[in-house]
Amino acid sequence: MSNLLEINNVVKRYGDFTALNNVSIHIPKGSVFGLLGPNGAGKTSLIRIINQITMPDSGEVILDGEKLAPNHVEHIGYLPEERGLYKSMKVGEQALYLAQLKGLSKTEAKKRLKYWFDKFDISTWWDKKIEELSKGMAQKVQFIVTVLHEPKLLIFDEPFSGFDPINAQLIAQEILQLRDKGATIIFSTHRMESVEEMCDEIALIDKSNKILDGKLADIKRQFRTNTFQVGLNTDNPAEVQQKLKESFEVFPADFKLLNDGLTMNVKLTEGNSANDLLSFLTSKGQVQHFVELIPSANDIFIQAVNKNS
Amino acid sequence: MNKLKLIIGREFNAKVKNKSFIMMTFLSPLIMIGMMVLVVFLMKKNDQKIKEIVYVDNSGIFSKENFKDTETIKYQDYTKVGIEATKKKVEEGNHYGVLFIPKLDSLEVLAKSVEFYSKDTPGLNTIENIERNVNTHLRNLKMTKLGINLEKIAASRISSDIKMYNFSGEKSSKMINGMKIGVGSLAGYMLMMFVIIYGTSVMRSVIEEKTSRIIEVIVSSVKPFQLMMGKIIGNASAGLLQFFIWGVLLMIGSIAVSMFLGIDASKVFSQDVDIEQAAKMKELLGNKADIFLEIRKLPWMTLFFLFVFYFLGGYMLYSSLFAAIGAAVDNETDTQQFMMPIMAPLMLAVYVGAFTVINDPHGPIAVLFSHIPLTSPIVMLMRVPFGVPWWEVVISMTILIVTFLAVVWLAAKIYRVGILMYGKKPTYKDLWKWIRYNG
Repeated sequence: MSNLLEINNVVKRYGDFTALNNVSIHIPKGSVFGLLGPNGAGKTSLIRIINQITMPDSGEVILDGEKLAPNHVEHIGYLPEERGLYKSMKVGEQALYLAQLKGLSKTEAKKRLKYWFDKFDISTWWDKKIEELSKGMAQKVQFIVTVLHEPKLLIFDEPFSGFDPINAQLIAQEILQLRDKGATIIFSTHRMESVEEMCDEIALIDKSNKILDGKLADIKRQFRTNTFQVGLNTDNPAEVQQKLKESFEVFPADFKLLNDGLTMNVKLTEGNSANDLLSFLTSKGQVQHFVELIPSANDIFIQAVNKNS
Repeated sequence: MNKLKLIIGREFNAKVKNKSFIMMTFLSPLIMIGMMVLVVFLMKKNDQKIKEIVYVDNSGIFSKENFKDTETIKYQDYTKVGIEATKKKVEEGNHYGVLFIPKLDSLEVLAKSVEFYSKDTPGLNTIENIERNVNTHLRNLKMTKLGINLEKIAASRISSDIKMYNFSGEKSSKMINGMKIGVGSLAGYMLMMFVIIYGTSVMRSVIEEKTSRIIEVIVSSVKPFQLMMGKIIGNASAGLLQFFIWGVLLMIGSIAVSMFLGIDASKVFSQDVDIEQAAKMKELLGNKADIFLEIRKLPWMTLFFLFVFYFLGGYMLYSSLFAAIGAAVDNETDTQQFMMPIMAPLMLAVYVGAFTVINDPHGPIAVLFSHIPLTSPIVMLMRVPFGVPWWEVVISMTILIVTFLAVVWLAAKIYRVGILMYGKKPTYKDLWKWIRYNG
């Protein structure tokens, strides 16, 4: 798979402050790419560079094989974290204006807006002013405006904030559909569960540096601790734990079994495998529960950032 | 270019469709006219109140002849009542005031010793009238004493009116000079109002985009510079439309008013208290045709062209500064500290225009300020009716254009950074830092 967006050695400074320190990120075509990082890490600076709102001090950005140029704004859709529309402008008028700024003709924009307004069942809002709409309603309008010109690259910064769970679900589906139609999506969020659900690849930025990137599955593998959650029904829990400690590392676990029994986290040590652990357990009693602890995106985020500081 | 057009269109529509714009365009002329009518009405009302002034002449050299009644002042001789009793009467409110002329031998000393008592401080017109009456009589007495024949003096009175020419063959007179001052001041004043009203409107529009947070969406589609220029041009177009509407209304209105007031006009003029002024006005009404001919001789085409040029130049220069201020702050209350340095040159220009240009339109101060770009639009507009050499105008225009380009360039740098900055109110040091940021 080729890359839609390549960010190569980008440096951005504001006075003495370095917002991005030699950051390189490659985003494959047709993927949902999670751009993660703590507050103030430099995500917004990077997004603004991709949107050509600001220019990097050095480094380059390549969009679909071409060096980023002013005409590329028509191929990018951006939903900023801080949403905003003209409050006293009518919904339809405003959507038309923003679509035309992205290079759509008026007739084409009208046609597409009709499609999206019907799809979201909001056609009656056309002549309403934004200030008459609720926050969630305005967000919907803003989402439509972001995707209307069918850009190759979509950048969503916290796309679900302000939406109720039902609408958040709707937006998530739309985003995945857009990807299936060929769009590439940069997804910046602090909600790690949505990263798990949606992202194919991620990059983690902390303190102006990229500290981690790659396929989410690969990163998880990289962060695996070979620890298993174990639930066992046994007559002699103390003895089992004692024996286990001879060949494995054992930690207390915090989960409930259906039947009461011994629960613990067991970490494999050098020279033994999951099978070794399982056969030991089966010899000691009834195995109720045996699951590898896969690090969540949340765990990875916290671990990586803590390690970096 | 296409996007710039879109932005200009939106800004223009947002401004023009706004209720306050419609109100201002159609109501403010009505309010202006209403206020003028009110002022004239009140002045008339005020003048109609007759002031009874009594005089106590202990010197015995004045008579009722010397105190001629006017439409608003009536004199009465109370010499027989005596000063103390008269003062009491004035204090009780029976008369407006009492003039006391003591008995003194020397006319010179007497001239300095006349006193006037009243409950309220008299207006300038009233006191001038009294002084003139006293003065004229005392001077006549003095002249007689010196053996000068008063009749011969009266017969020798000649009124001169110097016709002024410049070397391009234009004829001018005091009257037409007054016209020039009027036209120039009006143009300069309107320019200042336009700059303030539409400049702050640009600023408010920038702040609105910032607080509503739409700015980030817009600048991901267009260059901040395009947005800023679109705003400035869009607002200017709305302003020009407003002036156009006012112009049309003014034409309709002045035709209507002159038809309505045609008969009344002479009366309004003749009520003027200043005799010299009144005489001039009568002359004006008598020689209406002459005046119109002279007005027609003003360089109207040049005036119109320069008016539009300085209008746009001045407005663009200032509104780019206003846009930069709007971008630098989060809300309107924070704009105060940055507004002062912008308002100061505007005010200065109007003062220079009002005090210097009128006295000496081609003096060094007037010339200097009509070249300094922040004041030149107003000061030069005020000078133009008096005839400014073309090369001076060209230099002034060039300086204005170059400055405008430089200021827009600087303002765009502040704007570009400012629109994405929230929180702390920036200092001048911050602005300077923003100017030096790259890209």
